Amino acid sequence: MLNIHVRKRQGDFTIDAGFSVGDAGVTALFGTSGAGKTSIVNMVAGLSKPDSGRIVLNGRSLFDSEQGINEPPERRRVGYVFQDARLFPHLSVKANLTYGMRLVPHTERYVNFDEVVRLLGIEALLDRRPARLSGGEKQRVAIGRAFLCSPALLLMDEPLASLDQSRKSEVLPFISQLSTCFSTPILYVSHILDEIEELADNLVLIDKGAVVAAGPFDQLKTSRELAELMGKTGVRRGMPSRGLKIAS
Amino acid sequence: MMDFLHLTPVEWAAIKLSLRVSGWAVLGSLPLGVLTAWVLARWRFPGKSILDGLIHLPLVLPPVVTGYVLLILLGRKGVLGKFLYDTFGLTMAFTWKGAVAASAVMAFPLLVRAVRLSVDSVDQGLEKAARTLGAGPIRVFLTVSLPLMIPGIITGTILAFARSLGEFGATITFVSNIQGETQTLPLALYSLTQVPDGEIGALRLCIVAIILAMTALLASEWMSKRFAAYIKG
Repeated sequence: MLNIHVRKRQGDFTIDAGFSVGDAGVTALFGTSGAGKTSIVNMVAGLSKPDSGRIVLNGRSLFDSEQGINEPPERRRVGYVFQDARLFPHLSVKANLTYGMRLVPHTERYVNFDEVVRLLGIEALLDRRPARLSGGEKQRVAIGRAFLCSPALLLMDEPLASLDQSRKSEVLPFISQLSTCFSTPILYVSHILDEIEELADNLVLIDKGAVVAAGPFDQLKTSRELAELMGKTGVRRGMPSRGLKIAS
Repeated sequence: MMDFLHLTPVEWAAIKLSLRVSGWAVLGSLPLGVLTAWVLARWRFPGKSILDGLIHLPLVLPPVVTGYVLLILLGRKGVLGKFLYDTFGLTMAFTWKGAVAASAVMAFPLLVRAVRLSVDSVDQGLEKAARTLGAGPIRVFLTVSLPLMIPGIITGTILAFARSLGEFGATITFVSNIQGETQTLPLALYSLTQVPDGEIGALRLCIVAIILAMTALLASEWMSKRFAAYIKG
């Protein structure tokens, strides 16, 4: 369970947002581009520091401005899949996958290497260098790398944004599959509703740095807040070719 | 013909000394050079431009001035020199170790500049990704940043090595021109041009200098290509 309430000023833009992420399933952080979604996720990861507030993960304070707590990213047990895969170019796929895993004590590992590799279908890629991978393959490796850290929470910041349509359908099914398989809670950032429809159990709607609505996706999908948000530019109904659902 | 190519013992000594001095100068300054480049590229602190200026000073000063400053600082009666002698029994002035110091100081800015460029080229997004994977700052530096800086480190090392091989002004001012102790290749070449019948020896050393420089350049080129091929997989 993640509880977060943070405030941060960035120029003349202020983020003041509070919400919770449950113990399992996918929670989508949905809003227009520039609504502050990435900033919030970066604060959860410890890559940027809120001006004030609290971030509590499973009862452990990751950040608390009153108590002066600010855990560094490497001690948060929060995984992160970035928009660009950010694989280490000098390491093989296998070394990329195990980079974080090797730093986790055996007793705290709940994600199995062989299983992740099998689920993601990347057995044949293990000895390659990232430069030899396609965009979709890179993102799958990045997802595997983040899962293999056995995180208490996994952040995904528009992991499909840099992929074209057919590549997206090459990655999307794996996300829900892995999430179910290891029951890792995921906080998924997106501005494309179709992705969220496919993945999300819960929804947090963000606008201008604040939460406008939060709750189970099924309840919110017909809500006025979502309709209002969809009326704005910068969110997308989604993929033009809905019929194209290829599981590779 | 073979006689012409035959190096005299004095010339051999100068070549070996040059390689030894340059090798130590580069090896010794490499860790500090990488650290300095990192600090200058990534940190912000008051007085940074002064540090930057100090490091680059040997590049713009006349080498004789740098040599004289070294003599004042590192000579037996100098501030640093006295300390080194009293604590480690280390004598810099008029020894080959002093030649190493002179070469290192002269080559340092070139090393730092090359490495600094490679620090700028390291994608900080990769470092952040490594942090979220559980690696602390030092581990991230050693396993992500440093390996990705290798091209710049190769270039910097070769530039510094070549600069050290060619070092003349600061060396002759600081440690003088003592055969077998501080007479490096350029100093030996210079000495040979000052004596009658020295031309042939000077020519031989000139050829050796060209061969050494070319070898260093080719080696750097080869290593850079190997690294690029390695990254491509």
